[in-house]
Formats: sequence, C-alpha cells, structure tokens
Amino acid sequence: MHPAPSVILFTTLSGLGFGLLFWLGLGMPGPTGVVAFVFFAIAYLLAVGGLLASTFHLGHPERALKAFSQWQTSWLSREAWASVAALVVMAVYGAGLVFLGTKWTALGLIGAVLSIGTVFTTSMIYAQLRTVPRWHHWTTPAVFLCLSLGGGALLAGQIRFALPLLALAGVAQAYTWITGDARLRSSGTTLASATGLQGGSIRAFEPPHTGTNYLLREFVYVVGRKHSRNLRVISLTLGFILPIVLLLLPFNHILAGVAVVSHLAGVLVARWLFFAEAEHVVGLYYGKRTT
Amino acid sequence: MTQLPPLSAVKLGLVIDLDTCVGCHACVVSCKGWNTENYGAPLSDQDAYGANPSGTFLNRVHSYEVQPAEGHAQLVHFPKSCLHCEDAPCVTVCPTGASYKRVEDGIVLVNESDCIGCGLCAWACPYGAREMDVAEKVMKKCTLCVDRIYNDNLPEEDRVPACVRTCPAGARHFGDLGDPESDVSQLVAERGGFDLMPEQGTKPVNKYLPPRPRDRSEDVDILAPYLAPVTDQPKGFVGWLDKALSALPGGK
Repeated sequence: MHPAPSVILFTTLSGLGFGLLFWLGLGMPGPTGVVAFVFFAIAYLLAVGGLLASTFHLGHPERALKAFSQWQTSWLSREAWASVAALVVMAVYGAGLVFLGTKWTALGLIGAVLSIGTVFTTSMIYAQLRTVPRWHHWTTPAVFLCLSLGGGALLAGQIRFALPLLALAGVAQAYTWITGDARLRSSGTTLASATGLQGGSIRAFEPPHTGTNYLLREFVYVVGRKHSRNLRVISLTLGFILPIVLLLLPFNHILAGVAVVSHLAGVLVARWLFFAEAEHVVGLYYGKRTT
Repeated sequence: MTQLPPLSAVKLGLVIDLDTCVGCHACVVSCKGWNTENYGAPLSDQDAYGANPSGTFLNRVHSYEVQPAEGHAQLVHFPKSCLHCEDAPCVTVCPTGASYKRVEDGIVLVNESDCIGCGLCAWACPYGAREMDVAEKVMKKCTLCVDRIYNDNLPEEDRVPACVRTCPAGARHFGDLGDPESDVSQLVAERGGFDLMPEQGTKPVNKYLPPRPRDRSEDVDILAPYLAPVTDQPKGFVGWLDKALSALPGGK
C-alpha cells in the first residue's frame, strides 16, 4: 500500500495522543490546575493534530460530516464517533481538573475507555480488510493498542506501566513482522484464484495499460527486502529498546524527553513499514507479489 | 445506506467469455467514451499526450499466458471491471453512505455528491474495480451503464452496457444472473462459468467463462517427404561439384 505521509502521521500522533488521554482519564497522573492544562494540551495537540492530518488525504474534506452516518457497518464511521466522543468527554473532564480543581472520576473512566476505543476503531479499519492479508489479523489491533497504551504511559510519566507495555509492544510488533511476511501466501489468494485460469502455470503477459494508474500508485508499493530488514531493526531499537534503557536509568527529565522522541521516531518507522509492506491482492492481477 | 440490501431477485451483471475475447480493448474505449460524458463526473486523464500518461478507467483488459506442462502456451485476454458482488465489501466500509448496492437490480453505485474521497472502498475491493478520479477526487466505478440499460430514449438494441454493445467478438454478455432461465445463466451453466477470487467471500455476480481446451493434432506436413535428402554420397556431376566446392578454402 502507498505509505501516505498524512495517514502515517495521523495514526502515529493520534495513537499517542489518545494513549495519553487514556492514562489521564484513569487519573494517572491526576494533576490539577496548570500542570493538568499542559498534559491535556499535549494530548489534544497530538490527537486533534493527527485527526486534522488525516483529513488531508480526503478528496472532499468539506463533506467529512457525512462520515458520521454509517456507524452500523463502517469502522471509519465508528472511528469518527469514537474520536469525537472521547475528545468531548475528556475535554469536560479536563476542564474540571484545570479550572475547578475537581476530579470527576467516573467521567474520566468513560473518557479513558472511549480514548482507547478510538484507537481500536482505527486499527479495525485496517484489520477488517480481507484484501490485505498482512492486516487481516488479530495482531493489527493488538499492536495498535499496545503502542498507544505504551506510548501514552511514557508521555504520562507512568514509568512502571510504560516499561512492560513498551516491551510488550516491541514483542507484538516483531511477532507481527515475522508472521506477516507469510500471510499473503497462506491467504489462498493467488494469480490462479484471481483469474480462475487452469491448466498450467500462469504469467501476467501484458498489463492493461502502458503507463501507471491509481491502482498501481495506491496498492502496489514494493519495499526491498534488505531495506525492510534494516528499517525493522531501526524501528525496534528507537521505538522500544532505547526508551526502555533510558527509563531504567535514574530518572531525569532530559532522558525521559529523549525516550519520548526516540519512541515517536521508532513508531513512525514502524507505521511507514505497516503501509509500505502491506500487499493488496489486486497486485496479483498485475503479476506482482507472485513469488 | 451502506448496509447491504436484502438479496434482490434480479442480479444484473456481465458474463465474460475468456475463450472469445481477442484483447482488442474496444470495450475499454467504449466504456470510457460513454461514461466520461454521462453518469457522474467525467473520467479524467492526466498528461494524456505527455511522457507519463495516466487516467481513470472503469474497465481494463489484462493479458495472461497459461503454460501447460506440455505443448504451446495459451494467451488469455482478461477484461476486468466491477463484478457487482452480492456481498460487496466496498459498500459496507463506506463511512458516508455514498457507496450503495441497489435493491431492485443489485447494481453497485457511488453517489458522488456524498463521496468524501477517502479511498477505503477501493482498498476493500480485491479486484481493483474502483479508481479515484484525480481531477474530481471522487471514486469512480462501473455503473453497468445504468443510464443506458433503462434508457427509453435509446433504440432497444442499445439498452445494454456500452462494453457489451461494442464488443466485436461477442465475448461479453449482459443479463439477469438471478434468473436461472435467463440466457446468461444458461450460458454460465453450460460453459462452467466461475467466480474470481471466490475465497474472498464477495460472491461476485459477474461470471467468467473459461477458455476452451485447444485442439491437439499430430504434426502433418505433406511436403516433408519430398524434401528429405536423396543420398549422402552424390555421384556424377553433383559428386564432382561437391568435391570441387569442398576443395575451396573453407569448404570443409
């Protein structure tokens, strides 16, 4: 799949932002006044910034409100509802903490569930697609949720939760990469099933067009195996190993800041790979992904 | 609404004969011609006369080579457009309700004024049947020429999709695949019509007819016996000529 920068930024930043909102909703940490304002401002910049970035890949963002209508079938529509509900509930909860110095615990819990629920709906947009076997698997929501919870805990300063969650996210990510490589092959969709042709080995002889087209630009992005391996190592190192090492050192705000930046960079690399390595079955019609 | 309607009795669709298709791309051209100036936004081209042309098409013809274990390879031309699936994943993923399947005849359409151009329906389609138009930024797809097939202003023989009307080989058939007695259903039953990517669970309405096996015959060459060498050891004038030519430099 084409790794669109707007979608990579959106899923990474908003995942982190909603992860932070989850921990804030649980009251971990539970600051009031100015400190609460700073925490909520960071969370909203990340979450809303990500949502705004995602509208850049829409052809007609002015019709975005219509996307709330089909929640009964569409995960994208459910994501729209979940994100707005989470942002509204957490804004009320945050206002209580910042301006009134009061903590509405129940409201915070509801906001926390809605925040992590938003990340789940985002992940299901990808996991529902049977056409992309690498995504059509329980590991997709698992990795999105682990990353959001771990990154959120890191931003919220919940070190004792951040350490195991980041480790878990790293393991889940590595497991997804290793098992994901075989998923197209084991999906049962091949050039033979795509064309229904029998009686010999099938080869794409001639494409339908001499130039490129939307399908090739959007769905047939190929990453070299060597680059992919290197990027996976970079992502695991920056996203998980380095932040965990930094958190284990005696606490220091600069080290914690470096851990956040490093984690963000690692997740961005992982998210680029998530799209760039995903094989859409339509590529088979063009003779791609046959080996 | 992007909820799929209850199964309609009428399932309009195409039957494409891979045995007959000659790969002329006339269906591609007539499809673009009709659909760029009728239902919905035009099908734009980018850099059409330049070095890197690209454009929106609702129907494209691939060509595949099938190499059997023995004998010659067979070339199969393979037109592909929307299959108007019964269980259309492109419809249910749409967040706005722009993408829908018609109750009355099962045609899958896009209401372009509701389309936000998110592209998720094209992601959900395993067949590459949907293309985002670069100029209009809305999703385009085969409409089964919904503006021809019910159009009383057209002569009756033209009330079929443009691709079917234009096919010079008669490789494309249009009809109701929900009616087992219809011509297209009979054709599918007779020729062993099949679904594309059945494992994707989309239940396509359009069917494909397999290429017939090619005739096999022994090599027959009536001239071969007359062209076989008559002797290895020429005599007389031919023998002298053979020796004389062989004596020349490079003759051996």
